Amino acid sequence: MEVMKPVRPVGIVGYGAYVPRYRLIVEEVSQVWTGGNVVPPVREKAVPGLDEDVATMSIEAARNAVARAQRVCPGFSPQQLRAVWVGSESHPYAVKPTGTIVAEALGTSPYIQAGDWQFACKAGTEALQAAIGFVGSGMADYALAIGMDAAQGRPGDALEYTAGAGGAAFILGPLDFALVEIEGSISYVTDTPDFWRRQYEKFPEHAGRFTGEPAYFHHISSAATALMEAMKLTPADFTYAVFHQPNVKFPLKVGEELGFRREQLKPALLVNEIGNTYAGSALIGLTAVLDVAQPGERILLTSFGSGAGSDAFCLQVRAPAPHDGVWTTRQYVQRRRPINYAQYSRLKGNYKLN
Amino acid sequence: MEVARFWRTTEQRYRLVGEVCPRCHTKIFPPRDVCPACEAEAKTLYQFSGKGEVYSFTTIHSAPRGFEKYAPYMVALVRLEEGPLVTAQLTDVDESEVYIGMPVEMVTRVLREDDKRGMIVYGYKFRPVRQAEAERQLA
Ligand SMILES: [Zn+2]
Repeated sequence: MEVMKPVRPVGIVGYGAYVPRYRLIVEEVSQVWTGGNVVPPVREKAVPGLDEDVATMSIEAARNAVARAQRVCPGFSPQQLRAVWVGSESHPYAVKPTGTIVAEALGTSPYIQAGDWQFACKAGTEALQAAIGFVGSGMADYALAIGMDAAQGRPGDALEYTAGAGGAAFILGPLDFALVEIEGSISYVTDTPDFWRRQYEKFPEHAGRFTGEPAYFHHISSAATALMEAMKLTPADFTYAVFHQPNVKFPLKVGEELGFRREQLKPALLVNEIGNTYAGSALIGLTAVLDVAQPGERILLTSFGSGAGSDAFCLQVRAPAPHDGVWTTRQYVQRRRPINYAQYSRLKGNYKLN
Repeated sequence: MEVARFWRTTEQRYRLVGEVCPRCHTKIFPPRDVCPACEAEAKTLYQFSGKGEVYSFTTIHSAPRGFEKYAPYMVALVRLEEGPLVTAQLTDVDESEVYIGMPVEMVTRVLREDDKRGMIVYGYKFRPVRQAEAERQLA
């Protein structure tokens, strides 16, 4: 399969992460629902405060992205954005785009695209692909793509052990001042019923074991392999590989099967500390890598979204990221206020008040 | 109608856009089109930095209608670095950590939800800067 490459070279000119401050030690879920019999797939997960949702979390990540863009791109302002695209499984409204709220909070001009994206956990990279195309075609000079989630899991369900909160925002622009070049991408999609949520339902359903081999592993491997073959690259050409991280095991396994070493995989792995951030998962992993990456280093980014599909990107770092006055991803991960299962249940709205 | 009133004030609520007096340069928040210092007409928009400090604070235990699910929560008078005093909720902080003079920064959060069918109202709150700085050094 041929690589997708924009007509005009495109790069990431700014990026930012967000993780809420509350943490549930996941062992508590096991204690409450199985008497401690289930070994949790992650140590802890991030939980949004009562006044947080995908719009507020996207706003903070986007403000961080704008702050970085202003440090590398002389004269950059949110007024230059022509798209504010948010990918999520937990948009606050069923009908009313999250992007409208984020755009207003950033102070963009009204002359923008702001539709929401959804494709389970790859909604964020779907927005990223669109932003690359939008800038790469010359239709826009700057576009903002966000992947953010505040994931829901039914109390006691397997998903409750990992459903976390957080994500990242990226400003795509022409290559001149970019921190990172988008060298190429390939997407891979099939109709696979591994995980879904019907309209009006609060919690998603999943097909148990089916979420592994035919879904996660097949789609990530297919997209990543096709991209490396098309670009004539091998795992040795990359300093880092970033995969969707629904738990600790999956990204390490798919990475090693593709031929990556642990050192290439570890810098992006945040799931043990913040849980599975769904549409934000691969993208916040990328921000952790960009925080430390050096010019010339290459990054493979591959998302996975149930339903199912993967977007694979080949990125090359051009300049070290500026951090003065902007929080790094590590700082958000370390900002941490532990809560117990009762407090968690309140934050998730699981108590009936009247 | 409520919806219209919120729509007209989104700039100030989402990102602290106020006004500046063209005559004496006093920064005005919330915007009121007249300078409180010299009474000149002041309609020039001004983007506040969002930085300030806690001037006084209190904890709300019995919340007014629409805010019950958030109680207890803290409300503060915040002295913005540009001068004006603003009333706002504090967030991402425990009661025991707050003190008069605490440096804070603006964040945009959910202020309230009308009910399951109504609109979600977003607006500014303040959270500690020190916490951010301390954690920055820790990193
Ligand atoms: Zn005046």
